[in-house]
Amino acid sequence: MTQVEPISPARRVALAREPGRPGVSGAVEALFTDFFEYRGDRLCADDPAVLAGVALFHGRPVTVLGTRKGAGLEQNLACHFGMPTPEGYRKALRAMDQAEKFGRPILTFVDTPGAYPGLEAEARGQGAAIAACLARMSTLSVPLIAVILGEGGSGGALALAMGNRVLMAENAVYSVLSPEGFASILWKDSSRAEEACGVMKLTAGDLRQLEVIDRVLSEPSGGAQSDPAAFWRTLNAALTEELRAAEKLADPARHRQRRFRAMGNSWLHTGKENA
Amino acid sequence: MNDWFAARRQRMLRLKVRREGERPFSPRTSAAAPVFEQCPRCRQAVTRARWEKNGLVCPECGFHRPVGAYRRLSLVLDEGSFQELAPDLTAGDPLAFPGYGEKLAGLRRRTGLREAAVAARGRIGGLPAVVAVLDSRFLMGSMGVAVGEKIARAAETAEKARLPLIVFCASGGARMQEGILSLMQMGKTAAAVTRFREKGGLYIACLTHPTTGGVTASFAMLGDITLAEPEALIGFAGPRVIEQTIGQTLPEGFQRAEYLQEHGFVDAVVPRGEMRDTLARLLRLHQKGGARRDAS
Repeated sequence: MTQVEPISPARRVALAREPGRPGVSGAVEALFTDFFEYRGDRLCADDPAVLAGVALFHGRPVTVLGTRKGAGLEQNLACHFGMPTPEGYRKALRAMDQAEKFGRPILTFVDTPGAYPGLEAEARGQGAAIAACLARMSTLSVPLIAVILGEGGSGGALALAMGNRVLMAENAVYSVLSPEGFASILWKDSSRAEEACGVMKLTAGDLRQLEVIDRVLSEPSGGAQSDPAAFWRTLNAALTEELRAAEKLADPARHRQRRFRAMGNSWLHTGKENA
Repeated sequence: MNDWFAARRQRMLRLKVRREGERPFSPRTSAAAPVFEQCPRCRQAVTRARWEKNGLVCPECGFHRPVGAYRRLSLVLDEGSFQELAPDLTAGDPLAFPGYGEKLAGLRRRTGLREAAVAARGRIGGLPAVVAVLDSRFLMGSMGVAVGEKIARAAETAEKARLPLIVFCASGGARMQEGILSLMQMGKTAAAVTRFREKGGLYIACLTHPTTGGVTASFAMLGDITLAEPEALIGFAGPRVIEQTIGQTLPEGFQRAEYLQEHGFVDAVVPRGEMRDTLARLLRLHQKGGARRDAS
């Protein structure tokens, strides 16, 4: 049934962005018990666009991390519609450090249009905060499994997604930039976003082929939002399996380094073959 | 014999720098090529010879024009020490993006570059180092698979040879035409320089105009020491995107090198003419600045 569903990339972008799309808060409720939320980056502020904490997953402690869009306008605004500020990424760093200290695996859930592009965010080092997350994730000795639930937008998404394994919901999208931004940069015309969706290779199927993600999570027809409970069951089973496998890794840090070291390498030419 | 090789290397580098002369300057082939080039900032007419002699810094107002990768290397490396790493490394067209192949071919012809990054081994003030340079003439120095790979290899070469790593950044960020694989180079490069640093290697990031997007959010912001050229634009989101988000114009000097230094993200703003000496001093201060022998 999941075999041939002709859903266009543009349609998937729309599905991924739908307000009722299951996010990290839903995942926390459906998959974990005893969740304790961390607040604040211990430097200056707390960014609600990043949810971080510790919880039990089938009775074993894990660190939970995710980007959050918030439900309702008030929360949406507080979360910048899911666009984290540097404080959010620094809270994530805090959570990663504690996971390392206490030997807990990390599960991340990503649904963000990207990092927040604002004046204060720049002044406080948005780029540096994301870079620090990438650097930290590359050295963590505990397993990290990332799940792209909705939108995986740019560096703001990757900042929580350098996993040993990266899972992706069937109708989620993951891309270098929003299709609107892509069209605006390459064609100077953001109204060609739909066309951009077609060429960007941002669907789970495309990304599986490019070996950017490892596993596609099937969704009910109409998207995960049409039957969240069914989707959480799928995710629960997948995470249980993935976590068991990841915990057998001899050196999760090295595994992650190698995984990302290889990104795109099948497209490299050394110059000798076409000399 | 060594001298012979050194002289040959220097000739090669000089030739590559000369190719850069086609842009931003007019083609040499034209008899009508202007002897003067106006400074984009102070509007003073400056002779091409003076621009060249001054490393493309305006002798009147100090404006730093962008420099290409080979010229940059010729400005910081000791004479005869330049040895390029993986000069022919390129990448394919993962999105089969319309027109990308032709665009690359045209840029290769015009710039003499193979890709937007050049990595080399060389010496600065007599001390050996690995230096990688991004070139904004080549698709805004954007980071595609080949650029990410060159940075990663530069870090690995430095690690193996236990040398310090210096990267000159000049990039608009990710290479849109390579889509998600371009984004993944952030992970690749961040992991590579982090591994190098964890093994005790000294990594100096030099941020030049412009350093934005995915390059800022990966290896550009991970230096042990971070230098920047005067007035270089450095940020994650570009000014236009931010203006659209906040709906107001940005303050004067926002996201410039001096602003970043004020906000704690840059150690020193170093004019181009002082860069070589500053780097030489830093290398001297970290004489064992390469990866440790005992680290596995």
